[in-house]
Amino acid sequence: MTRPYPSPADTDPAPAGVARLLSASLERPADLAAHLAWFGPLPSVEQGSPTLTEVVDRSGLRGRGGAGFPTGRKLAAVAAAADSAGCRPVVVANGCEGEPVSSKDHLLLEVAPHLVLDGAAAVATALGADEVVFCMHRGDPTIPWLRAATAERTAERITPRLVEVPPRYVASEESALVNFIDNGVGRPTTKPPRPYERGVHGRPTLIANVETLAHLALIARFGAEWFRAMGTADSPGTALVTVGGAVHYPGVLEVELGAPLGALLDLAGGLAEPAQALLVGGIGGGWLPIDRAVGVRLDHADLRAAGASLGVASVLAMPATACGVTETARIASYLAGESARQCGPCMFGLPAVAADLWALIYAVGDLPGVMQRLNRRLGLLPGRGACGHPDGFTRFVRGALDTFGDDFRDHCHGRPCRWAGQSWLPVPTAGDPTPAGWR
Amino acid sequence: MTGRRLRVDPIACAAHGICAELLPELIDLDEWGYPLLSTHAVPRRLTAEAERAVAGCPTLALHLERTAAR
Repeated sequence: MTRPYPSPADTDPAPAGVARLLSASLERPADLAAHLAWFGPLPSVEQGSPTLTEVVDRSGLRGRGGAGFPTGRKLAAVAAAADSAGCRPVVVANGCEGEPVSSKDHLLLEVAPHLVLDGAAAVATALGADEVVFCMHRGDPTIPWLRAATAERTAERITPRLVEVPPRYVASEESALVNFIDNGVGRPTTKPPRPYERGVHGRPTLIANVETLAHLALIARFGAEWFRAMGTADSPGTALVTVGGAVHYPGVLEVELGAPLGALLDLAGGLAEPAQALLVGGIGGGWLPIDRAVGVRLDHADLRAAGASLGVASVLAMPATACGVTETARIASYLAGESARQCGPCMFGLPAVAADLWALIYAVGDLPGVMQRLNRRLGLLPGRGACGHPDGFTRFVRGALDTFGDDFRDHCHGRPCRWAGQSWLPVPTAGDPTPAGWR
Repeated sequence: MTGRRLRVDPIACAAHGICAELLPELIDLDEWGYPLLSTHAVPRRLTAEAERAVAGCPTLALHLERTAAR
């Protein structure tokens, strides 16, 4: 028998504003008592209960780790796979802030760790899982917060196990997490099988970003309709967005999905200097020219139509005094250095494309020829890796070729802008390329 | 109706290039020596050659998969 979940009488006053995940006072210590006083208790989920999956499905919640896959469908897929395999699934909460320009997971785990733990507990119960693993980057400063919050939850059916993952760009990709948990190697593996069919210990595994789990904890309390009251039909709810670059007050904001990118810049205090483009959806996301970007809505469908993606939600304003070709080459070099070096097209193709970009900047060789080679090489990368890294890289560089088309043409004809070769975005240094860097 | 399609395990592949020698009709090599596979189903007349290419891969990275034709 299915019934509405939770029954309306159980419902506590739900956060009414845009701040949902971040609605609890930041002054208050994020302890369990304060958490329960603010959000109310998590309604009990029956073991193996299909109702939570149904509610999440109706809420339209999409994963917040980058891919934006519908969470309800993922839950149902894991449940079905566990059913047919005849074993209990595993739940993995992904708190690795693998995206260098994002700090939303950090903020969430500092402000509302119990929401994340609620979400993990609710899905573990609903799926009948007997193991919950929290994945965090090794040495992450929020680990003590998470440990303290976990220790407070003495009544929990399953105590989550903390696994510290190498802080690499692709080490928090889902198959890499499974590989690390099982084998101690944080590199992606070949699909199929996908983790939902065969993951940790070879069992069906639900891997969810911590923000996804926190939204799920609120959906379990306040229902699907409450969740959908904000956001768009395609991308319901609110989202944590890191806004940075040439704005007055960079930081993490909780905003309604569907908000125009220009409104996000305003919330961050507005532009601190003239900007030429926005980098949306992570360091390897999509570039949008500023005049067109401000009207684009923060929504999966709208961003895709504009030539970007929501990714791990982040918006960086690039000032007019930066060279788009140079910034693209710097990021491309970082992404190339973060290849797990397992698949040939990624191991050799990404550095080759990055080298082509640098050749354009330093005017080395026959530049129109370099440009042609660059385009040809971009065609050789998508779909040829075990994970989506070469595909994401290709989308990023192709987006730059569109957005900075005039600049690329000028570089090609030996007329680089005056900022060529200068650095703007703080791009991290790529990690240890040897196998030791993934352990 | 089902067809058979080539798939390479990109992690297992070590660019020996033997597949492209045995099955040049369907496999090309990129500039780094890694195979570019035809996305079409393997035609019946090339089934034996495709099976030989699969068997000849030193790292067992090449597979012939049965796929439901859409």
